[in-house]
Amino acid sequence: MNKKSVTEGRRAVITIRGLKKFFGKNHVLNGFDMDLYEGETLVIMGKSGSGKSVMIKCLIGLETHDEGTINIMGRNMENVTEDELNEIRTEVGFLFQGSALYDSMTVRENLEFPLRRHVEKMGHFSDATPLVLEALESVGLAHAIDLMPEELSGGMKRRVALARTLILRPKIILYDEPTTGLDPITSKEIVLLMKSVQQKYKTSSIIITHDVDCARFISDRMILLVDGINYAEGTFAELDASTDPKVQAFFKS
Amino acid sequence: MSFFRTSMQYILKYLEEVGEMSAFAGRFFRELFRRPFESRELLRQCYNMGNKSLLLVGVTGFIIGLVFTLQSRPKMLDLGASAWIPSMVSISIVREIGPIITALICAGRIGSGIGAELGSMRVTEQIDAMEVSGTNPFKYLVVTRILATTLMIPLLVVMSDAIALFGSFLVENTKGDVSFRYFFDEVFLSLDFVDLIPSTLKTFFFGFAIGLVGCYRGYYCKHGTAGVGVAANTAVVETSMLLFVLDFIAVMVTDIFY
Ligand SMILES: Nc1ncnc2c1ncn2[C@@H]1O[C@H](COP(=O)(O)OP(=O)(O)OP(=O)(O)O)[C@@H](O)[C@H]1O
Ligand SMILES: [Mg+2]
Repeated sequence: MNKKSVTEGRRAVITIRGLKKFFGKNHVLNGFDMDLYEGETLVIMGKSGSGKSVMIKCLIGLETHDEGTINIMGRNMENVTEDELNEIRTEVGFLFQGSALYDSMTVRENLEFPLRRHVEKMGHFSDATPLVLEALESVGLAHAIDLMPEELSGGMKRRVALARTLILRPKIILYDEPTTGLDPITSKEIVLLMKSVQQKYKTSSIIITHDVDCARFISDRMILLVDGINYAEGTFAELDASTDPKVQAFFKS
Repeated sequence: MSFFRTSMQYILKYLEEVGEMSAFAGRFFRELFRRPFESRELLRQCYNMGNKSLLLVGVTGFIIGLVFTLQSRPKMLDLGASAWIPSMVSISIVREIGPIITALICAGRIGSGIGAELGSMRVTEQIDAMEVSGTNPFKYLVVTRILATTLMIPLLVVMSDAIALFGSFLVENTKGDVSFRYFFDEVFLSLDFVDLIPSTLKTFFFGFAIGLVGCYRGYYCKHGTAGVGVAANTAVVETSMLLFVLDFIAVMVTDIFY
């Protein structure tokens, strides 16, 4: 497939080669390769249970992989120290499938939690409120600053989770099914939000999704994860036009 | 043969868990002295734990003092030893009953709470979320809680002892016309450092055990929401067992030195 046209001359910020992950006899990933280039939005699609979440968790070090190499911004994840890993993690934001807000804290405290523990990165600040408000404003939720997570709707939770990620100014954001479980209108809002965040903060992103409309709208490039490998790669138009039945299955319902 | 095999497997699994819990405790001591310190969360935990168990521990202590004195009183009168009631009651409460009962109640009240809270944070990926934002959830969640139980259980025990002795005094006062002054003079005469030091020291270990097991079960909680219940439940059962073992060891050690 014509990969050069979209990626030419760009620097890879994440490189994965030959990633393998087994759970006992269950071979979830079987030699997965991926590059994420600076400033691009990469959409990864795959059936439920194909190992998308596992792949992205290996990437950020929440799961250990069995074989292969992962390189994030020039650093090999196999031999980083704990401090280096934490430093990388401030550069890479992660949005969980279930939002994962700290439910004993208010929205403000949720956002302050990472902020107060990374003062050396964020520079000195005496009052966290302006930074918290700025992050909340970029997701349109400044008015919810003193609510508890249980008082928020599903869509609002995703937004707060995104704000909590943005507050550390990451260079890369990983989204695990950002629109799953939301109604079509809210989904659309979240997709637009991801686009505006990408433009405002100039991040590179990986978005895992089942949502074809979302993929069409937001992707610069796509990877289809089938049978534990990167089965097909290309722009939305290229994959949509493919005649391979396994690729077709994603686009024709 | 298969009986032998299954019991071997059981023992191996048990030893494995003991090893894992020791590693967990080791990590606690390593992270305890590493900056930054989560002192605000530590204070909050101490306050919550005290606040949550104060009434329960107080009421239980009071009733134990009452009942214990009421039940032993007739026998002591028969033996013509009613003057010894204050010292007998104080020694048994301060040495044994106060610490173990308070610790058991706190295992149910605080230990299960820690297990359930950390467990649900684990299964809803909140702990993972802390990790991926480059913060240290072990330090924030585990170190503060274990430290808080280690500090608060001894305080609660001292309070419970005091209330139990007061309960005992009320019985003596109404049934035997013993004055406040006489009762507590007798109590303090019969208690010396041999009673106070070991029995206070062991409550720190009780507190540590409650925090450690609760945090361990919650932090490594598995299998979704059902796992949270299991974590809370296992935490209480294992802590209670561990408390008796620790108590036994404490008595043995005290016996050697005095
Ligand atoms: N901790 C684990 N232990 C054992 N097996 C696991 C574990 N996590 C995931 N798996 C297995 O890995 C496979 C991939 O799971 P994963 O969650 O990555 O799927 P997914 O592609 O994200 O699906 P979905 O779209 O439903 O989120 C599944 O078969 C699952 O059973
Ligand atoms: Mg998933």
